[in-house]
Amino acid sequence: MAPKEQTDRLNNIGENFSFSRKLQENGKYPMCADSIEILQINVGRLCNLHCKHCHVEAGPERREVMPLQVFEKCLNMLAKHEIPTIDITGGSPEMNPHLAWFLDEAGKLERRLIVRSNLTLISNPHYSSLIDTFVRNRVEVFTSLPDYNQNKSDRQRGEGVYNQIITAMKILNAHGYGKTGSGLILNIVHNPVGAYLPGPQETLELEYRERLWTNHGVVFNNLYSITNIPVGRYLDYLLQTGNYDDYMTELANAYNPKAVDRAMCRTTLSVGWDGKLYDCDFNQMLELQIDIDTPCSIFEYDMKKLINRKIVIHNHCYGCVAGTGSSCQGTTTVAGKK
Amino acid sequence: MNNYYEKKDLADFPNIGEFAPAQGEKFFDYYTEATTAGALTEREKTLIALAVATTQNCPYCIDAYTLKCMSLGITNEEMMESIHVGAALMAGITLAHSTQMRKIVKKKEM
Repeated sequence: MAPKEQTDRLNNIGENFSFSRKLQENGKYPMCADSIEILQINVGRLCNLHCKHCHVEAGPERREVMPLQVFEKCLNMLAKHEIPTIDITGGSPEMNPHLAWFLDEAGKLERRLIVRSNLTLISNPHYSSLIDTFVRNRVEVFTSLPDYNQNKSDRQRGEGVYNQIITAMKILNAHGYGKTGSGLILNIVHNPVGAYLPGPQETLELEYRERLWTNHGVVFNNLYSITNIPVGRYLDYLLQTGNYDDYMTELANAYNPKAVDRAMCRTTLSVGWDGKLYDCDFNQMLELQIDIDTPCSIFEYDMKKLINRKIVIHNHCYGCVAGTGSSCQGTTTVAGKK
Repeated sequence: MNNYYEKKDLADFPNIGEFAPAQGEKFFDYYTEATTAGALTEREKTLIALAVATTQNCPYCIDAYTLKCMSLGITNEEMMESIHVGAALMAGITLAHSTQMRKIVKKKEM
């Protein structure tokens, strides 16, 4: 679905209040940025997988790949401004030909460096040299593993993907990733395989840890539980299966004002493959660009205005503030303390 | 009211103390304490709740606890096994009450 069609569809959320009205009722409107702690760089929509929940609608047919000039501008921004975390996502970042070079350059800046990988490529000889690049630059690897149950996981990500991820985790474990004291971080991202909200992060982490160790002998550092946001292919899924209305109501009923205060968009700046800037990766896919009255891209920006910007919101934002809150770094509030 | 059970009424559950707030508050304190992890894990308690919900034919509870099971990563097989425990107990409870019937028959028959 085109971005405009998606936002049009998201305007209709039945009897629930719009997200902006909900914020107004709680004295939380407008939402504004606090700082820029994370530069999240979406290096392209090209991917070897075609996952059913992908908000990017990434796949092998996509041609949007971040060019070298945009990477260079990202490095310029990072060199000029003390942004502590560099978070690389896609698509499959490995399929961007400039990734290894960029990681080596970004590594010199000594910031926290994250790559979100689907882990199905690094066991392929064509990509396996990236593991050394990861180790060399102390890259934190985040991988999506929707469920510890193979069938369930594969229903979302594609047949055989679960086993490929386990194989890659074993390879990364052999390099020290996920092992205590190695300093090499391997994190798992859990998201529901269907139209329901994720459970408590700590409970799921315990379950994953026990089952992955018992069944496969693999280890990891942390599990991050993420709510599926009604954008892209996941929005299609909700509409096609008749789950949209219930899901939006469930999100709206689970609205947590405390999670609004800790929403990731307050501290994140998202860069698109072409250098356009957004409040988050979801807004990027909906083409909801940052709302600033001066030119705004990685090529031309006013950092003061970016830090003090008003966040662009729409009804998909309910997803990040439902329950204990959801972000690319997992839940944002402590369970049971709304 | 077109139907005795309306799906949207599940969202009304927090309001059941409306006409008796003091008792309602006590109930919710108890409900929260009883269903929160203690000596049993949250997963175990949720599976018990699902089994009870199905034996008592409560559509609201079945909806809520099926979703909670899914959120906790409880597998379909685990959910179904818990329901079989409930079903077996219901069958056993029914058959155990045949004792009363058999005792009466034996007393009354010549």
